[in-house]
Amino acid sequence: MTKEEQKLKLQEQFSAATFDEAGQWLTMNIAVADWLTTAQALRAAGFDYLFCLTCVDFKTHLTMVYHMESTIERTPLVVKVQLDRSKPEIETVSHIWRTAEFHEREVYELFGVNFLNHPDLRLLILPDGWEGKNPLRKDFEDPVNMIKL
Amino acid sequence: MYHQVEIVKESVQTEPNVFDDMVINVGPQHPATHGVLHLVITLNGETIKKVEPHLGYIHRSIEKMCESLSYRQFIYSTSRMDYLSSHINNHGSCLCVEQGLQIEVPARAQVIRVLMDELTRIASHVLWWGAMAMDVGALTPFFLSFREREMINDIMEETCGTRLTMNYMVPGGVMTDLHPNFQRSVNEFIRHFKSKIDEYDELVTGNIIFQNRTKGVGVLSKEDAISFGVTGPAARGSGVSCDIRKLYPYEIYQQLQFEEIIETAGDSFARYVVRLKELRQSMHIIEQLIDNIPEGDFQAKTKAVLKLPKGEFYSRVETARGELGVYIVSEGGTTPYRIKFRSPGFSNLSVLDHIARGGKIGDLVAMMGTLDLVIPDIDR
Repeated sequence: MTKEEQKLKLQEQFSAATFDEAGQWLTMNIAVADWLTTAQALRAAGFDYLFCLTCVDFKTHLTMVYHMESTIERTPLVVKVQLDRSKPEIETVSHIWRTAEFHEREVYELFGVNFLNHPDLRLLILPDGWEGKNPLRKDFEDPVNMIKL
Repeated sequence: MYHQVEIVKESVQTEPNVFDDMVINVGPQHPATHGVLHLVITLNGETIKKVEPHLGYIHRSIEKMCESLSYRQFIYSTSRMDYLSSHINNHGSCLCVEQGLQIEVPARAQVIRVLMDELTRIASHVLWWGAMAMDVGALTPFFLSFREREMINDIMEETCGTRLTMNYMVPGGVMTDLHPNFQRSVNEFIRHFKSKIDEYDELVTGNIIFQNRTKGVGVLSKEDAISFGVTGPAARGSGVSCDIRKLYPYEIYQQLQFEEIIETAGDSFARYVVRLKELRQSMHIIEQLIDNIPEGDFQAKTKAVLKLPKGEFYSRVETARGELGVYIVSEGGTTPYRIKFRSPGFSNLSVLDHIARGGKIGDLVAMMGTLDLVIPDIDR
């Protein structure tokens, strides 16, 4: 399936979304309020493999990036959701794609994104006491360990 | 080949619950975790109720470091993630940078890269084979596996100068040309390994004790494997077709003949069989290429300072453990704005709790062993 065909197909289903075809794969931008219903609909449409879940700090906002594909059709789709940087909150999808449970915990500690209804939202990699300090945010400074060259 | 042994597991009687739950720690320093992984296990009698991995003992924040390293420099840190697949990690990162710069890699470099990838895969699977047998109580295979791995390490040392963290691939090709001995040493290794791999089957695969320990243990269904994002041999043991070399061929994999090994049982033994069969496939790939390395440049001409255009780039490669994804967000500068490594070990570990529940504590290392976890790959 080409990007154009994929876009037409998804446009019908998700009228509120905007699409971007510039990259390697089709990108779908949606509002944070629509994320849970969109994710459920995408899973029902066959996107069963969420192969990457991450977040990017653009200084003015955070963007959640979900890379997914169907294991039958193998046409990757990128879904982006913009979050408010001062109070980032988004619904968890760990019950839809189980891999999200670990990946969301990682994003939670590294970016401080709060995943609503996550079954076990705790620090995963960082040691205790790091709550509130999010190393992968652009304004994070570590006074002890050098992280800049 | 080995004998197929049918194993009938006795049905376990459900007894009234007479035990209180007990919490035990495995690791952070434990020989079966092959690194510093800490598992907090809740037990009821001998039955596992819950496995909770605690990570981060060797977290180096590679993703954050990469944000201040140039596109040539950051590739060095990827060798330190999955140190047993360092060539393939470098490869994935180079592919991502090349995709952004639209560099055409010369044919010779492509063949060298694939040869190195497959040698790495053999070295990694061989080490895993020894370690896995050791986990379930057989010590001899460990020494045998190091005998073969040593030969590959010597080949790598000749060409790359290093034995573990290679850093041999650079954007545009490879760092130096092959050592004059390379072809001869690899042919010699293949000849040697061909006679030894049957020994592997005789020694471990057909062993009734080993089969008893691994059959029906840690069963992972196909749906769960996909949902948990399990990739590599661990997922192919559950019948998931997920070999990136076949699905999204990079370099010259499209022109090569090899099979994607898929087993359907989903237990530890199936995952074991997948890896042993993959060893033969990797040898087959090397045999197709080693006497046909094209002449020419080993590196494309690139600028001294690389600048990726504004945008996002994602590359996927098949490491020895599964799918590695390299995601670069560029703002047009000389360093990545954000880089994410989707490491196979991280997702493969997340399924451990799921497959271990209801199993016995004694089987835990047999389950964990066949997931082939490399801890620096998980922590990054």
